[in-house]
Amino acid sequence: MAREKIEKKERMKIPRQPMPAQEPMDRIKNFNEVALGFTEELALAEADRCLECKKPKCVDGCPVGIDIPGFIVAIQQADFEGALAIIKKDNTLPAICGRVCPQEDQCEIVCVTGKKAEPVAIGRLERYVADWEMAQEGEVKMPELPPASGFKVAVVGSGPAGLACAADLALRGHKVTIYEALHKPGGVLVYGIPEFRLPKKIVQEEIGNLEKLGVEIRCNFVIGKTASVEELFSEYGFDAVFLGTGAGLPYFMGIPGENYIGVLSANEFLTRVNLMKAFAFPDFDTPVRLGDNVAVVGSGNVAMDCLRTAKRLGAKNVICLYRRTRDESPARLEELEHAEEEDIDFRWLASPVEIYGNEEGLVTGARVQVMELGEPDDSGRRRPVPIEGDQYDIELDQLIMGIGQGPNPLVTKSTKGLELNRWGNIVVDEETMMTSIDGVFAGGDIVTGAATVILAMGAGKKASEGIDAYLRGTAEASKTA
Amino acid sequence: MGMIVSIEEIAPAFKRYVVESPEVARKHEAGQFVIVLMGEHAERIPLTIADTDPEAGTITLVVQEVGKSTMEMGTMKAGDPIQVVGPLGKATHIENFGTCVCIGGGAGIAPMLPIARALKDAGNKVVSILGGRNEELIILRPEMIEASHEMIYTTDDGSFGKKGVVTDALKEYIEEHGKPDLVIAIGPAIMMKFVALMTKDYEIPTVVSLNTIMIDGTGMCGGCRVAVGGDSKFVCVDGPEFDAHEVDFDLMMKRQRIYLEEEEIARKRFLEQHACRATDGVEVS
Ligand SMILES: Cc1cc2nc3c(=O)[nH]c(=O)nc-3n(C[C@H](O)[C@H](O)[C@H](O)COP(=O)(O)OP(=O)(O)OC[C@H]3O[C@@H](n4cnc5c(N)ncnc54)[C@H](O)[C@@H]3O)c2cc1C
Ligand SMILES: Cc1cc2nc3c(=O)[nH]c(=O)nc-3n(C[C@H](O)[C@H](O)[C@H](O)COP(=O)(O)OP(=O)(O)OC[C@H]3O[C@@H](n4cnc5c(N)ncnc54)[C@H](O)[C@@H]3O)c2cc1C
Ligand code: SF4
Ligand code: SF4
Ligand code: FES
Repeated sequence: MAREKIEKKERMKIPRQPMPAQEPMDRIKNFNEVALGFTEELALAEADRCLECKKPKCVDGCPVGIDIPGFIVAIQQADFEGALAIIKKDNTLPAICGRVCPQEDQCEIVCVTGKKAEPVAIGRLERYVADWEMAQEGEVKMPELPPASGFKVAVVGSGPAGLACAADLALRGHKVTIYEALHKPGGVLVYGIPEFRLPKKIVQEEIGNLEKLGVEIRCNFVIGKTASVEELFSEYGFDAVFLGTGAGLPYFMGIPGENYIGVLSANEFLTRVNLMKAFAFPDFDTPVRLGDNVAVVGSGNVAMDCLRTAKRLGAKNVICLYRRTRDESPARLEELEHAEEEDIDFRWLASPVEIYGNEEGLVTGARVQVMELGEPDDSGRRRPVPIEGDQYDIELDQLIMGIGQGPNPLVTKSTKGLELNRWGNIVVDEETMMTSIDGVFAGGDIVTGAATVILAMGAGKKASEGIDAYLRGTAEASKTA
Repeated sequence: MGMIVSIEEIAPAFKRYVVESPEVARKHEAGQFVIVLMGEHAERIPLTIADTDPEAGTITLVVQEVGKSTMEMGTMKAGDPIQVVGPLGKATHIENFGTCVCIGGGAGIAPMLPIARALKDAGNKVVSILGGRNEELIILRPEMIEASHEMIYTTDDGSFGKKGVVTDALKEYIEEHGKPDLVIAIGPAIMMKFVALMTKDYEIPTVVSLNTIMIDGTGMCGGCRVAVGGDSKFVCVDGPEFDAHEVDFDLMMKRQRIYLEEEEIARKRFLEQHACRATDGVEVS
């Protein structure tokens, strides 16, 4: 069903299509997805806005280089299956990336349409085709697998890096086992990012597809404890190992009062609510504490998720404390806007310096230091500096630290000969993604530090190429030896 | 995924579980624990590995029924599936110290067993002081006798051994035999606190194993943190054993009580749903 092409001049006149969403005052009472997705009509109208650039800037902006005009033209022709095939060449998890990519900093920031009007909503279109596929009746079409290579690869961690790496290796004919420390696969997609932003059904569907490719997933298996990396080779008989263990170590600020009851890491808060379903206590056994007044420190995606989760759990006053301003806020724009609509009290240029508690050890409040922006630092952002004498107190029942995570040292410390940088991240060869240990590869947050889903996925995919070349190389070598 | 091989009641509200988990059985060292999960709605609960049989691929857990999850575990049957992950935490530092006094209180006797054994195997003289409310609650006696050179018992009611608490027995021991080279204490936080205070005065190196509330058990959430020597430490990965003289027990005890209200709700709800089951012996320690 080919649709008629629209004149280029006309295209610029079509406004960016709005994303249907739950009303703010309704959605803060539930955990259902906020952004509801384009209808076919909206998707077609949005696709018509693309100018089909000869040298598409958007493709350079996408970390995995999806052929964006290619798939958008397919949408214009209502060929959603074709569009999906184009996306899947470079992105294994479009339903996820379409929802959580910071598009405004990647593909959309460089979109040519964006120079005169608003950029094409590339992420929303990507989500549309992925959702379209899931809504189709019957089985998802599975690619045909090549004959078995005879090689076994262990993938450690089931976040986007591990999932992408495993899928690609399976498609190359290797036998893959994923080892996951938690009792559910998905990494941050499952324990971190809340349901209202990324329905878990979608992650489960992707994981189900992976299992259909013959990938085995072993949960409750901690590499560095249940078995070491060395043992994966010597006792479990793997020919290569991929480490995608993420950035799971929560940072605290090191200010007085951090051990009071009610001060917790974003990881603990989100894990209780998302992975353990504490919002449904006592139907689910894991509880989560909350009070009327909740503050979250930080203003990235993690902090936004905590703020909006606290709101949904019924907190009355939810405060965001961030030491810089809205402009420097690292969160996706959409999350920031959604949080603002949900009545979050943003305190820019504010940072807690001390936490107060009572006799029973319960947190009661915090002293907040007011900041101003000074000279730019190494990252080019203006450094926040405290304004002397300008402090105030807030009343709190809970304080959540959403200031970032480091690499979890369980694997890195227990593996001899693994080269790390000074932050504890694994060092890899940028071409092959191989670490300092022969046959051990790594990618995702464990290499880059906390980054994004699409970068982790891209790294997993790239590592699968390195692993494939390595395996076929060693096979050749052992044949000639 | 593991499976329950057998369950046996060893004292009122104490059960011994043999659980199939070959990988954990093979890697376990004294001092380590597992996290178990009983199903889709369950919470993750940490339990010390009391014993292993690497040949059979099984581990032994000794569990005191104190709340919803441990009571629910008590309703399981041989053959039931149970998720097990581990072995987690650092292993006990074992060497030939000389004379070691191993103090176990209540459910703390279970985690003490593999440690006492390892100390004995390393050539130490092992003196065990076991305490409980009454005779019945001093669990694992035959196993502890085998793992020790000398046994001292204390009960609150004097029904068995000396009447009193473990610190009384420790003091008596030190006054009679002089200072041991190492004290290890595992039990309720309040017991560990008083042991630590006493051995600090005597300047005896002392190790305690902490049982804070945990979720993941892999260093990912920080929920298990305690203050040790002024620094924040994660019990699940930096411990569970720490220098007793550096631990802030008062803070730890407060943090253990974070979810008291919710635990009570869950416990009551469970008991109502299982009204047919006797509630004898269930007492939160
Ligand atoms: C709350 C939150 C919100 C976010 N929002 C966004 C967003 O909107 N958009 C975006 O692009 N990015 C977002 N991110 C960042 C993004 O999720 C991460 O960059 C990405 O998940 C990294 O993928 P990964 O595969 O490297 O690691 P992870 O997703 O962290 O997965 C690592 C997995 O390895 C497992 N593991 C760790 N150690 C071991 C071990 N020793 N043995 C076995 N398994 C192990 C872990 O349990 C985990 O499942 C967010 C992150 C968080 C925490
Ligand atoms: C490293 C470690 C080893 C342990 N080993 C043993 C053991 O060998 N045998 C044994 O009987 N018990 C052991 N425990 C304690 C056991 O985990 C708790 O008794 C159990 O989680 C209580 O759950 P519940 O729902 O039955 O009771 P609840 O009513 O939930 O809690 C009763 C008390 O247990 C503690 N607790 C609650 N939830 C947790 C949690 N998720 N993690 C840790 N503690 C919690 C709290 O202090 C609470 O006051 C250990 C704990 C730790 C941290
Ligand atoms: S994967 Fe992300 S960056 Fe790439 S096109 Fe899709 S939304 Fe844009
Ligand atoms: S830059 Fe924008 S207009 Fe050009 S091809 Fe990419 S999406 Fe279309
Ligand atoms: S239990 Fe989460 S860090 Fe220890």
